[in-house]
Amino acid sequence: MNAEWRWDFAIEILPQMLWATLNTILAAGIGYAIAAVVGLLFLLGQRTPIKIVNMVNREIVEFIRSTPLLIQLFFVYFVLPQFGITLSAWVCGMITIGLHFGTYLSEVYRGALEGVPKTQWEACRALNFSSFYTYRKIVLPQAFPIAIPGMGNYLVGIFKDTPLLSTIGVAELFHAATAVGGYHYRYLEPYTIVGLIFLTLSIPAAMWIRKIERNVNLAQGKIKKEQL
Amino acid sequence: MSYFSFLSEHGPTMLFGTVTTIKVLICSTILYVIISLIFGLMRLSKNPIIQGTATAYIEFFRGTSLLVQLFWFYYVLPFFGITLEAFTAGVVAIGMNFGAYGAEIVRGGVLAVPKGQWEGAFALNFTPAKRMRKIIIPQIFPIILPPAANLTVELLKATALVALVTVVDLTFEAKQINSITWLSAQCFGTALLIYYIISRFFLVPFLRWLEVLAARKVGKEKI
Repeated sequence: MNAEWRWDFAIEILPQMLWATLNTILAAGIGYAIAAVVGLLFLLGQRTPIKIVNMVNREIVEFIRSTPLLIQLFFVYFVLPQFGITLSAWVCGMITIGLHFGTYLSEVYRGALEGVPKTQWEACRALNFSSFYTYRKIVLPQAFPIAIPGMGNYLVGIFKDTPLLSTIGVAELFHAATAVGGYHYRYLEPYTIVGLIFLTLSIPAAMWIRKIERNVNLAQGKIKKEQL
Repeated sequence: MSYFSFLSEHGPTMLFGTVTTIKVLICSTILYVIISLIFGLMRLSKNPIIQGTATAYIEFFRGTSLLVQLFWFYYVLPFFGITLEAFTAGVVAIGMNFGAYGAEIVRGGVLAVPKGQWEGAFALNFTPAKRMRKIIIPQIFPIILPPAANLTVELLKATALVALVTVVDLTFEAKQINSITWLSAQCFGTALLIYYIISRFFLVPFLRWLEVLAARKVGKEKI
C-alpha cells in the first residue's frame, strides 16, 4: 500500500461507480416518494380530532425520530423474516427510509399548515366553505410554497443517508466502492470517488433548493427584490 | 427463550456497549461544539481567505455523507500515514461533520443578535474582540440552543454509525448478539429502546435545562 493516487485505477473503476450512482439516485427517489406519502399519513394522525390517535401518533413519531436509522434498517431486515415476511434488501431499505423520513416530513407539513395565517381559516369558516374545499382551494395552495424548502432539504438528506443501505446489502454507490476496494485492496480511490460524486450531486441540489426558497419568499412578498 | 432470560444473559453486554455509545456521544459533542463556534465565527469574517476556508469546510462536510467521511477517516487516512484508532476516527468524523452543520447555526445566531446591541457596543468604543466576547457571544446562546439541541439528538443517532468501523458500541453489540443467537427482534428491539431512553429521558431534558439556563442568563425568562 502506498499513498499515491493512481489515476489508471481511478479511471478503471469510474464507470462501475457511475452505474452504482444511478442505483443511489433511484433509492433516494423511491425512498423520498414513500416518505412523502408516509409524512401525509402521520400528519393525518396528528390532525384528527380523536385524542388517543393523536397521542399514539406522537409517540410513534417521537420514537422513530430519536432512534438511529441504521438499527431501524437492521430491525426491519432481520426481524420481519422471523414473522414469515421475507423482503428483499431493496424493499426493506425503502420501507425504512420512507418511515424514518416520513416522520420528519410530517413536521415539515405541519409547519407549513401552521404557516398559513389563521385569518385564512376563519375567512373560510365565515364563508361556509366545506373543509375539503377550504383545504383544496385556500390552505394547500398557500401551504405548499412554505413546505418546499424543508421538503427539498430532506430530499438531500435522504440522498446522503442512502450509503446506510449498503449495510444490508443494497447495491448502491457505497456498496460498490466497498466491493471494489475489497477486491483490489485499495480504498483510497473508491472512497474518494464516492465523496466526490456526493459533492457534485448534493451541492448543486442544495443551491437549487436555496434558489427555489428565495423565489418562493419573493413571490410571497416576504423579501423585496432590493434585498437580494 | 423469554425476553427476561435474554436480558439477563445479554443485558450486561448491551450495557457495556451503551457506555461506549455515551462516550462517543460526549466526545463528539464537545468536538462539534468547538468546531461550530470556530467555523461559525470564521464564516462571518470579512477576510476572504478566512471566510473562504470556513465556507469550503462547511460545504464539503455538509455535501458528503457522514458514512463516507467516517470510512474515509478510518480506511483512507492510513494511506497518508495517519492511522487513527477506530474510536478516534469515529469521534473526529462525527465531530467534524456536525461541526459543519453547527457552524451554520452559530452564524445564524450571531446575525440574529439585534442590531442595537452591535451599535451600542460600537458607541461605547469596544474593540471588535471585546464586542464579540462580552456582548454578542453571550447573547447567541438562547438563540442557537434550540436548533443545536435538535442537532445533538441527530448526533446521538449518528453515533450508531461508528459500529461500522468496528467501534464496540451499542449497535455493534446488538449486531454481534444477533449473529450469535439470531434473536433479531430482541436484540435490535432492545437497542432501539436504549437509544430512545437515552434521547428521551436524558439527552433532551438536559438540553431543555441548558436552554432555560441560557435564557435566564440574558434575562429572558423561559418556562
